[in-house]
Amino acid sequence: MDFTLSKEHEMARKLFHDFAEKEVKPLAQEVDETEHFPKETVEKMQKLGFMGIPVPKEYGGQGCDPLTYAMCVEELSKVCGTTGVIVSAHTSLCCDPIQTFGTEEQKQKYLVPLAKGEKLGAFGLTEPGAGTDAQGQQTKAVLDGDEWVLNGSKIFITNGKEADVYVIIAVTGVKEDAKGRKKKEISAFIVEKGTPGFTFGTKEKKMGIRGSATYELIFTDCRIPKENLLGQQGKGFHIAMHTLDGGRIGIAAQALGLAEGALERTIDYVKERKQFGRTLGQFQNTQFQLADMATKVKAAQLLVYRAAMAKKTQKSYSVEAAMAKLCAAEVAMEVTTKAVQLHGGYGYTREYDVERMMRDAKITEIYEGTSEVQRMVISASLLK
Amino acid sequence: MKIVVCIKQVPDTKGGVKFNPDGTLDRSAMLAIMNPDDKAGLEAALRLKDQYGAEVTVVTMGLPKAEEVLREAMAMGADRGVLVTDRVLGGADTWATSQTLAGALRNLEYDLIITGRQAIDGDTAQVGPQLSEHLGLPVISYAQKIREINLEEKYIVVERLYDDRYHVLKAKLPCLLTALAELNEPRYMTPGGIFDAYAKDITVWGRNDLKDVLDSNLGLKGSPTQIAKASDKVRKGSGEKVVLDPAGSADYIVSKLSEKHVI
Repeated sequence: MDFTLSKEHEMARKLFHDFAEKEVKPLAQEVDETEHFPKETVEKMQKLGFMGIPVPKEYGGQGCDPLTYAMCVEELSKVCGTTGVIVSAHTSLCCDPIQTFGTEEQKQKYLVPLAKGEKLGAFGLTEPGAGTDAQGQQTKAVLDGDEWVLNGSKIFITNGKEADVYVIIAVTGVKEDAKGRKKKEISAFIVEKGTPGFTFGTKEKKMGIRGSATYELIFTDCRIPKENLLGQQGKGFHIAMHTLDGGRIGIAAQALGLAEGALERTIDYVKERKQFGRTLGQFQNTQFQLADMATKVKAAQLLVYRAAMAKKTQKSYSVEAAMAKLCAAEVAMEVTTKAVQLHGGYGYTREYDVERMMRDAKITEIYEGTSEVQRMVISASLLK
Repeated sequence: MKIVVCIKQVPDTKGGVKFNPDGTLDRSAMLAIMNPDDKAGLEAALRLKDQYGAEVTVVTMGLPKAEEVLREAMAMGADRGVLVTDRVLGGADTWATSQTLAGALRNLEYDLIITGRQAIDGDTAQVGPQLSEHLGLPVISYAQKIREINLEEKYIVVERLYDDRYHVLKAKLPCLLTALAELNEPRYMTPGGIFDAYAKDITVWGRNDLKDVLDSNLGLKGSPTQIAKASDKVRKGSGEKVVLDPAGSADYIVSKLSEKHVI
């Protein structure tokens, strides 16, 4: 077992770090303050191939592994949680299901421009009545001739309105399971922005990741071609769960980056800030707090990297992804909260990045499966 | 078109310079980066490649660790990397370095050679021009912009920075340019480019691969200059910017000079 990164991964980290410091960090505060979707940064990332890191080269991607992708989200999130989740939602929630379940035609039509960065992607599963209970879907898709007709709405959709391509989960009928119980038949679809009947509701006003565009998607007799069914009819729930397994690695990397960023800023701060004639870093309380923060961050990083490698080498990586997300999200919340505490009154002001990072961290315990859902996934694997 | 770019791995001086007790640079305490002027030279070559199509070869001389800058250059888009490394080449000053590079470049085909103006660890700006001399090529130093390159008639037109102005020079190809960091904004690597760069082989040359070079011109023994002592430069203050009308400005300057007892 070797815990050192390869030279390739080290160099990739340097690339993501340099890009984040130079292109993302200077905008982070304004992006948060003004709820500005950082289109200019996204365009730069598109040109550099950041929007298709784990997608094979034959489909316009960079052909790298999931670890490289996770490190990209991690480094971006160290300076801006908003930018991290834009890449994560696009890559894990839109590119990945099309790459995994799409037909060759769908891959050529949608995955290639997504991976090349010519188009931005999003994913719609959550509904007003279907959050953790993803089976409670109400959005319906009915086959009418050569077209599926979608009706319903999706909420809290990351990259909403900004994205060009959406993977949408909807109910396509009712079927009986082996025990004769009636269950919804759920399927997945690819929907393009601009399709008649597909509109956007209000933009959410959020506590954190405020530059990320979070919208309601509304489908009113929205007709899409029959061939835009993604995967087999009735396999939508499986597709959604598979997609979230990968997405959790992205969000775990985002949480990890937020924790690392808050820790870095706190280390800098306690070296400078003086009280009672000594720097904060000279107080043992500070030293112990930092030691705990750094240890937890490193533990989270190991779980996140393990999950990323499991996605590369294992058929199923649900438990690894759930553990990584559970741990990284809770570490992010704890470390950013401690970072604010160590900054004292200054940490509570918007002048200091840790205030934003603490607000950004909270969502990582909620989206793409709450921490409670991660515990359900992990414990189910223990008790099966 | 074939372009050779000479690059150097240097300590990153941004975070300050660290010295060993004997006065030499403590390279292990500083991060290693591609010299900024060289990176601009590489970017210029890659832009010519984008525009006209070219094979870009990067060459560096240094310790085996210098391979890292070749990989970085390849991840940015260079086609091939050559590492010139050998114990007998160590301790080289600018003369021995340019002799070594000339010996390596005699093995390569080129229409254009680009070097950085100077390295941030030595700041001599001598290696590029010396290299052109050894190879018998015209040199345009301090290139701030490549205006035109004509491959059929084999010439290049370049702006050369000169104190308060620039000169427009036309040179026959092949020629050598020394590039300024101001020449352009170097591109980033791409994630896929990094993995491709590591999948390629690097050509490694030692003393015996150098062509038409005398041993007496190589390494520490072949170096006419030696460093007696190195120290960090005293940085100038950032100064003070004052915006006033001309008469007010004059009064302010006089008051400042008087305050410091200059007048």
